[in-house]
Amino acid sequence: MELRTDLALISDWIAKGSHLLDLGCGDGTLLAHLRDTCQTTGYGLEIDDDNIARCIKAGVNVIHADLNKGISDFSNDSFDYVIMTQAIQNIHRPDLVLLEMLRVGRQGIVTFPNFGHWRARFSLLFFGVMPSSHALPSEWYNTENIHLCTVRDFEKLCYQLDIEILQRAAVDVEHRTRWPMRWMANLFGEIALYRLRSKPVKRIFPK
Amino acid sequence: MPDILSPDCVGLVTPQTQKFTTPLKLDCGRTLPSYELVYETYGTLNKNQTNAVLICHALSGDHHAAGYYSMQDKKPGWWETCIGPGKPIDTNRFFVVSLNNLGGCQGSTGPTAVNPETGKPYGPDFPIITVRDWVKTQARLGDVLGISQWAAVIGGSLGGMQAMQWAIDYPKHLQHSIVIAAAPKLSAQNIAFNEVARQAILSDPEFHEGHYYQHDTIPHRGLMLARMLGHITYLSEDSMRKKFGRELRQGKLNFGFDVEFQVESYLRHQGRSFVDRFDANTYLLMTKALDYFDPASEHDGNLSAALSKVLAKFLVISFTSDWRFSPTRSREIVKALLANKKPVSYAEIKAYEGHDAFLMPIPHYIQIFKTYMQQIKI
Repeated sequence: MELRTDLALISDWIAKGSHLLDLGCGDGTLLAHLRDTCQTTGYGLEIDDDNIARCIKAGVNVIHADLNKGISDFSNDSFDYVIMTQAIQNIHRPDLVLLEMLRVGRQGIVTFPNFGHWRARFSLLFFGVMPSSHALPSEWYNTENIHLCTVRDFEKLCYQLDIEILQRAAVDVEHRTRWPMRWMANLFGEIALYRLRSKPVKRIFPK
Repeated sequence: MPDILSPDCVGLVTPQTQKFTTPLKLDCGRTLPSYELVYETYGTLNKNQTNAVLICHALSGDHHAAGYYSMQDKKPGWWETCIGPGKPIDTNRFFVVSLNNLGGCQGSTGPTAVNPETGKPYGPDFPIITVRDWVKTQARLGDVLGISQWAAVIGGSLGGMQAMQWAIDYPKHLQHSIVIAAAPKLSAQNIAFNEVARQAILSDPEFHEGHYYQHDTIPHRGLMLARMLGHITYLSEDSMRKKFGRELRQGKLNFGFDVEFQVESYLRHQGRSFVDRFDANTYLLMTKALDYFDPASEHDGNLSAALSKVLAKFLVISFTSDWRFSPTRSREIVKALLANKKPVSYAEIKAYEGHDAFLMPIPHYIQIFKTYMQQIKI
């Protein structure tokens, strides 16, 4: 099975034998791949019944859960990494989920479609319509993507939440990465990937 | 009555009886010198004995989980929807063992059996049995059948509690524990329902303090009431509305206390037919086993500690409309397994059927159950 490049990139970021939690794990492809290549253990959280069956078929431990109801069933630091690939834009409160991810896991890995991509900017600027693209195929009225953000928005949120960005990558929908994406991720990256952790020392005064 | 047996049915089956003469020390402190267990098997045990699956029954269940006894039978076994060729518990692949638990009334030693010490039926003197006692007897049955490790132990409701207890008491003797529509212990509300059911039986004048066999009678009113109450808790408001609504049997109000609404007629029928097949003393015992089940109690109420030594992989399934053992209760089990980093999958099935959903052919339930069973290595 060919792995999506963002998933392949993630597997380079993960230490062998880690314990993982994948929020919105879909059909379990990433967890199955990481288990087979990096000897990882862990669980996927998923809400869709068909995907739950697919995870079980792939031998992935899957827990039926609604991310909007939180992940309070998990205790602090119980995972090496908490991963969320292309799900943050569907969640009611991405900020709270990010904080929860870094409470439950020592590090977090997040990927999302970048709304700052030039094509999205172009369609709004020149055609005056809400962008829909390969990475964001739905129309504005039926999309599940309720919290779209740009690379810059995301990094601003991380700064506000005292989250440290350990690693960043940007790829296109074919999940290739080329020099313009590395050079100007917010303009040329269609999908952004981040590895995060809580800043060791918290600020005394909120920003 | 089936005219022809469907290809996904195990077909005609015959129960078997196994006598055990090694005394059994029970949780209540008493010892049963000998006892019998009646059981059925479906499918074939493979050469390495790696494909055995144990089915644990719920409150009013028995060993007859699948197939028919004769072509004249009106109904198949109680879990026909899930056991058979090509079904989730695929008898082409698995060797399935289903027994009537100790204390039961369908052939295994229980209150209706003759006490060898007195020559009379045990009646109310039959010792109180716990889930742990059951698991112990099931393990002994496994030994007799030459099964050193079950591929899976599976149960719904009280049966799910047994599947859980198996993983705790005999961690090396099962690969998978499948816990459906269960709970880690009863809530006060659950116990309250059981208590009303018991009081219905105990206060029936025909109960004779449990010695009704000698009086050649049965506490049919009490047992019927107990079953009617139980039945309400196994259904959801939605399923009752769908099944009966406020439909009247004669199409008009009669301003009396006879059966008027369809739901009344249904409950009375369920109660009456239960009296014909079930023993009141067994009902009392089974509800007590439910009430007492609480594996966390030996670990200061810490369920994670109780599950810390399990080796089996878990599949936990709950149903959205089940209010007797709600999804929240199943999630307590899942949470305790997660805290131990144990392998577990959990599915919450959208269903309107209430607690009884675990017996129904609900497509997503069947799909997930079947997929899980298929990936079990034998």
